[in-house]
This record gives sequence, C-alpha cells and structure tokens, in this order.
Amino acid sequence: MKKIEAIIKPFKLDDAKEALTAAGIQGITVSEIKGFGRQKGHTEIYRGAEYEVDFLPKLKLEIVVVDELADKVEQVLAEACHTGKIGDGKIFISEVSDAVRIRTGERGDAAVTS
Amino acid sequence: MTRRIWIGLAFCAALLPSAALADDGVSAGLFTANNVWMMLAAGLVFLMHLGFASLESGLTRAKNTVNILFKNVFIICAGILTYWAVGFNLMSPGDFNGILGFAGFGLGAGFDPGANTPAYADGGYTYWTDFLFQAMFAATAATIVSGAVAERIKLKSFMLFSALFVAFVYTIAGSWKWGGGWLDAMGFYDFAGSTLVHSVGGWAALVGAAMLGARLGKYGKDGRLTPIPGSNMPLATMGVFLLWLGWFGFNGGSVLSADPELTSLVLVTTCLAAAAGGVGAMISYSFVSPKPDLSMALNGILAGLVGITAGADVMTPLSAILIGLIAGGIVVGSVLFFDKIRIDDPVGAISVHLSCGIWGTLAVGLFSTNPEHTFGIQLVGVLAYGGFTVACAAIIFGVIKATMGLRVEASEELEGLDLAEHGMHAYDLQASVGPFDDAHLRGGAVAGGVQITSSGPDNE
Repeated sequence: MKKIEAIIKPFKLDDAKEALTAAGIQGITVSEIKGFGRQKGHTEIYRGAEYEVDFLPKLKLEIVVVDELADKVEQVLAEACHTGKIGDGKIFISEVSDAVRIRTGERGDAAVTS
Repeated sequence: MTRRIWIGLAFCAALLPSAALADDGVSAGLFTANNVWMMLAAGLVFLMHLGFASLESGLTRAKNTVNILFKNVFIICAGILTYWAVGFNLMSPGDFNGILGFAGFGLGAGFDPGANTPAYADGGYTYWTDFLFQAMFAATAATIVSGAVAERIKLKSFMLFSALFVAFVYTIAGSWKWGGGWLDAMGFYDFAGSTLVHSVGGWAALVGAAMLGARLGKYGKDGRLTPIPGSNMPLATMGVFLLWLGWFGFNGGSVLSADPELTSLVLVTTCLAAAAGGVGAMISYSFVSPKPDLSMALNGILAGLVGITAGADVMTPLSAILIGLIAGGIVVGSVLFFDKIRIDDPVGAISVHLSCGIWGTLAVGLFSTNPEHTFGIQLVGVLAYGGFTVACAAIIFGVIKATMGLRVEASEELEGLDLAEHGMHAYDLQASVGPFDDAHLRGGAVAGGVQITSSGPDNE
C-alpha cells in the first residue's frame, strides 16, 4: 500500500476530486493547512501599510491505495492541480505498512479496496 | 398623494380630543408628538451601542472579542446608572456658576410639579425623556474610549476609568455648554456633540492609547509598522450601518423637539455628510494605495457623521457634503499619522472621534448659516474641552496605572484577553474541540491542570 499526500491550492480541490473519482479512487481525506515553499508568502495591505503573510492557506489531500494504483493517482493529481504558476504544491508518496477497516476488521489491501 | 392626505387627516383626528392649548402655547398633541420623537431618538442612540459593539469586535482580533464586548456591555450599564446617580444633575445643574454645579443626586426632580408638562422644555419633551436621551449620550462618549485601548488594557482598570469618566468628566465638561455654562454664555456652538461627546471621548482615547503603548507585534523589531487586521469585516460593516442609523436619533433628537423643518433638515445634513465622508475617505485613500480599503471607507462614513454633528442644524446641504468630504480626508490622514507616531488605535477611534470632532466643531465657525457662530469662539471651545479632558483622563489613567496597573501581562496579551481575563472564547470555532467528546476533554483538561487552547487558523 502507498499513501499519496498532496499539498495543493485550495481552489483546485474540485478538479482534484473529480479527476480522482473518474480514476476510480473511493476515499480522500482533506485538511485545511497553512504553509510555504519556494513561493514564500505574499503581501497584504491594511490601512495603508503592507505586511507579509508568511503562511498561505493550502489543502492537504491524503489517499491510501494499493501499490498498483499509486502511479495513476499521482499522475491524475499532478495533472488536475497544475496551473504552471508558483505555489502549485507538491505530492509525496510513502509506504504504508498496514491498514484496518474498522467496520469489518479487514486488513492490508482489502481494507483500502472495495 | 390621496393616501398621504388620508393619513394626515387620521392623525389630526387622533389628536383632536386633546388639542387644547397648554400654558405656553404648545398643544397637548404637539407636546405628545415631540416627546414621542425624543423617546424614539433615545432608542436610536441606544442602537449606536450595538453599532459600536459590532464595529469594535469586527476590527479587533478574534481572541479579544469577548473582552471588547464585555467592555461595551459594561459601559452602557455604568453610563446609565451613573447618569441617574450624579450625571444628569452635574450636566444640567440649572442655575450655576458656569463651571461646576450639582443639582443633587438621583431623579427626584422628575416628580416636581411641571417637570413633565410643556412648561419643562418648551413642550419639546418631559423630564423623564430628557434624562433618558442624555443618558444614552453619556454612555456613547465613554464607549469611544474602549476601541482605542482594545486588546491590551486590563478589564478592571478600564471599567473603573470609564465609570469615573462618564460620571464626572463628561458631565462636568458637558455642563459648560449644554448645561448653560460659561462656553454657552460665550456663544460656543455644538449642536449634538462633535466636541461634547466625540472629542471628549476621543481625547480620553488618545490619552489611554498613549499611556498603554502599542499592542505587541504592531511594530516589528526593526520598528516597522506591522498592521494587525481586524477579524470580521462583515461585522464591522454592519456596525457602521447601525451607527449611521443611530445617528439619525443622535442628531435628529438633538433638535430637542420634533420641529418638522429643523428635524428633517438635520436628518438630511447628517445623511449627506455620512455619504460624503465615505466617498472622501475612498478618494483620499486612493492616493495612499491603489487597492481600496474597506475599513477606511467605513471610518470615512463615521468621520462624516462626527463632522456634521456640531452644526447639523445650521448647514446647507452643500456645506454638509463639504464637511463630510473633508472629514473623510482627515480620517485617512489621521489614521496614518497616529500609526506613524506609534499611537496604536485598533479601530481608528481617535481619528474618527477626536480629529473629526475637532474638524466638525471648527467647521461651524466656517460654514454656519448663523453669522453669530465664529471660528475663534469655536476654537476656544475645542481648546477648553481638550485641556480639561486630557488633564482629567491623564489623572485618572495615571492613578490607575500607579495602583492597579493599566496593561495586561505580555503572555495574557499573546494568549488573548478572552482567555486571560474571562476564561472563555467568543466563537465556537476557536474554543471547539470539534468532533471529540466535549465533556470528556474538558474534564481531562481540568484534572490535568492544562488549559485547552485553540489551534484554529486564527491563532497566532
């Protein structure tokens, strides 16, 4: 099993969800997060004075799939969340040692497939 | 048109049975109509407190919302009660030496013969209405201070200050003009309180903000200005609209009767100045930044309202627009100026109420349709009120600072005054532990002696 974590621009969530659903992915976990990469923060202005906002709002998607699907998920996400502008985000892929479906007690690949 | 006539006839018919003339020529019907308008105006001024509460909680950070609302709640209570105890009779002492008079405690005079007949105030209102309307004004002056000292003043210190300020300083200063004191005798004019209410509150706000120092983080290590944006612009906007609405009572009631010509003129000048103030701020801010700032536009509306308040009944519509436009420019410059000299005013109260209060008072000397109003005497009034209020505010704040302290600890300020002073949050968003079992977590936190703190996006 692999876990795909993607940090994306918030307004790309709908695109990402549609693309993942079309690719047959059945579960996504989404969290609102803040952070910065090479993009750094941005400048805002309030009553005539500028100030830096260091941490920008982003979304983090987490998807756990069987090994064979990992490449597909990564490709679909990279395509759906691409704007070509700085701040598009990153995708991280890591190994997951086990999973349990709480309702049935299924373990391993069975826990993340239908 | 026909409908209007019918309503008019119905109204006259309703008044007919009691249309007999009273002693001084005001009919009982007119007296009633006047008094009803004055009570309604008192209600509108009361509404301004809702406006102040919304505006101030919108322009400050979410972690201090309970605290600022608590101050607003306390002020209206303290303002009305102290006005009952001593305020009314300090402000309107009857015949006095022109500087300080006191007609006794409480409202006993309300039961005197004639206190609630047309003989009391030329048929404009009763003794009771007089008290109610004036009490709402008093609380308004004190609530101006709360915005400027927000997010760092100790709650108890503020409560003590505002109670003393509204009970004695506002009222004694007010007696000089509205009580028939020395400035009134001199010919000083302040129709509804650009100086008596707004500048007086503004001067105290200035003293408080200066003695407290800036909020942590407002000026960076290198001394650079770092704005601290408000938490809720919709709330701030709603507050300004409520204040605008309330101002119809604030100025309209200051006619002190329902005089058709004068009251409607006052409402027109008030409204025009508010609109012009908003536009004035938009225009002047466009020279500062290409991106329009909502908080400046909102403060511009308030600036126009404060500006017209001193002379709302002696202005032509065109003068009202000019006064508003200039007030809108003044408030933008003033906010930037106070930021620069490191007087930290989270909501812009000093710029709105003090700077534009002074402008409005002086504008009477420039634009009044009454040739007896002169710039020189208006200036004397501004200086007299400034000197007296600054001295009193400095003494009260100074004594409080030396005894009980004025500012919360740095750790409390960072954590937020809501938790530090009240142990509660304004918004469930911040306090909520989300889908977890509330009771379980709360119990665990208490047992472990650990305070649950938020980790929401508003957290700093």
